[in-house]
Amino acid sequence: MTVKTATAAVVEAVDQEMARDPKVFIAGEDVRIGGPFGTDANLFEKYGDKRVVNTAISEQALAGLGVGAAAVGLRPIIEIMIMDFMAVAMDQIVNQMAKMKYMLGGKAVLPIVVTTHAGIDSSSGAQHSGSLEAWFCHVPGLKVVMPSNAYDAKGLLISAIRDDSPVIFIHNKRVLQSSADVPDEPYTVPLGVADIKRSGDDITLIAIGRMVEEALAAADQLADQGISAEVIDPRTLSPLDTDTILASVRKTTRAVVIHEAVKFCGLGAEIAATISDEAFDFLDAPVKRVAAPFSPIPFAPILEKLYLPDKETILEAVREIM
Amino acid sequence: MDLAKERLIRMFEQMTRMREFDERAAVLMEQARIPGAVHLYCGEEAVGVGICEALRPDDYITSTHRGHGHLIAKGGDPKLMYAELFGKSNGYNRGKGGSMHIAALDLGMIGANGIVAAGVPIAVGVAFASNYQGNGRVTACFFGDGATNEGAFHEALNMAAILKAPVVFVCENNLYAEWTPTAMQTSVRDIADRSASYGIPGVIVDGMDVMAVHEAAVEAVARARNGEGPTLLECKTYRFYDHVGRDFGMLKRDEDEIAAWRARDPIKLWREALAEQGVLSETEADAITETIRAEIDAAIAFAEQSPDPVPEDLMCDVYS
Repeated sequence: MTVKTATAAVVEAVDQEMARDPKVFIAGEDVRIGGPFGTDANLFEKYGDKRVVNTAISEQALAGLGVGAAAVGLRPIIEIMIMDFMAVAMDQIVNQMAKMKYMLGGKAVLPIVVTTHAGIDSSSGAQHSGSLEAWFCHVPGLKVVMPSNAYDAKGLLISAIRDDSPVIFIHNKRVLQSSADVPDEPYTVPLGVADIKRSGDDITLIAIGRMVEEALAAADQLADQGISAEVIDPRTLSPLDTDTILASVRKTTRAVVIHEAVKFCGLGAEIAATISDEAFDFLDAPVKRVAAPFSPIPFAPILEKLYLPDKETILEAVREIM
Repeated sequence: MDLAKERLIRMFEQMTRMREFDERAAVLMEQARIPGAVHLYCGEEAVGVGICEALRPDDYITSTHRGHGHLIAKGGDPKLMYAELFGKSNGYNRGKGGSMHIAALDLGMIGANGIVAAGVPIAVGVAFASNYQGNGRVTACFFGDGATNEGAFHEALNMAAILKAPVVFVCENNLYAEWTPTAMQTSVRDIADRSASYGIPGVIVDGMDVMAVHEAAVEAVARARNGEGPTLLECKTYRFYDHVGRDFGMLKRDEDEIAAWRARDPIKLWREALAEQGVLSETEADAITETIRAEIDAAIAFAEQSPDPVPEDLMCDVYS
């Protein structure tokens, strides 16, 4: 057990799985030099160019490489550098990877992990800062995972690599920089299972990715005010652990969903609708969503700060329904 | 090329099987006895057969929306193919995919594809895996002239060249991409010329001459298997029918153009060649055709009597 950044933790996950299973390989841009976010650090030196494949800037070919290699028995980790660039690879991800097993009557197995780096990070601008998990949650056949901390990140990534379905694994850029106690040996955190990061009785805060940290900070402040907040981290966005979320809301009777992604048609909408559908009689207030406004992501730091939800906007939403 | 008599006859049989399969599929579509639509390979048979006869059983192919011929060439069973076209639960895709997504992974047929050019990056991935696994397998990647204008095509050929992927890229240039003539929308006349952009060999082949296709395929497959990387084969061919079905009513092609290509029907040309070489007489060829017609009749009957999917099938196989 050592304190590690999430970056170091996910490198360990990939390294340990590559050591364990010769069918696992990585392909992506600049993976040769560890990747621009360091999430492939030293893997090229250790495994060479056969298993750490440095590709041209060709997202369609890169994603398709994963589809073809997986179809005939390998376990690819395909790295799409920035989540906004997933748009360039959409056909291979959404029409091929996601649908192949179903369209082939179950006869194809595509154990692909698509890793990508997402989220706002110091004025990277509208095309390099997106958190686009909702796009992929909307596609049956894909699993979507977004850890909020270094411990979950390593365990979830190992699970994703071992999972036989295509998994979109989202490294939030700020989460990558966070640190936590992480076991040195391999371990798994199950997909499809939410985590109660903090227990409480008065209100449920369902937070995604980087917002877990903000929700926990808000919960601390609420505790000072005598309000006990329960913070739930879904960890896997699809399939979503609605049981844990609903059990919490039935207990607390109030819920706020917080994510960095745009509010309109974001995951908060799905979670709020599910709570309304399946726990309506338990609610004492509408489900609130705290999320980014409906605009592309601005460049100027002062606007970027306005754009991103944080502890204060969470507390505002809580005030509205307590 | 000197091939055993049995193989020459088999090439005739396979082309005939493809032709009979799709001629009957066209009628089934027009009679609405099968759901959805079919894209017919009639006229292009020499390409599928010429290429696949150069492959080993454990080699791979990727295909297009016009994939029935490719699957037959790779050993597909018409019974299971029609069962899929009828949406039956014992079809190749268990009724979940249909004509445009028909696949048989056990035969190395990675799948037909409803997205133009999508099979090209996938083929490179399959070929990459063959290198990775060291099994010496080659992948033949079929696509049309239209596909060579998709971004995915350019990315994939560049990547295949860099990786020295054991893939043979087979362009079936049938002069039309959907309902627009290739000449109107493609910046080169010969697709093979595009190979220069990727530093790989490009070869133009008479796509109506099954032996010409086969000879080019043997050479390209050998290159790939020897670790020399990909080749782009452009097979000049023609589809006798419309983009979808026999006559969708969207574009009337010139009658003289169609007649000129029909005069070079690959099956007709091969029959003549085999008769001339004393390999197969016209009577023997007719007998084979009759046998295959009966096989196709039986396959359709088999499919029609096959079981439909059950409600539980809707939600299964979303995940592994």
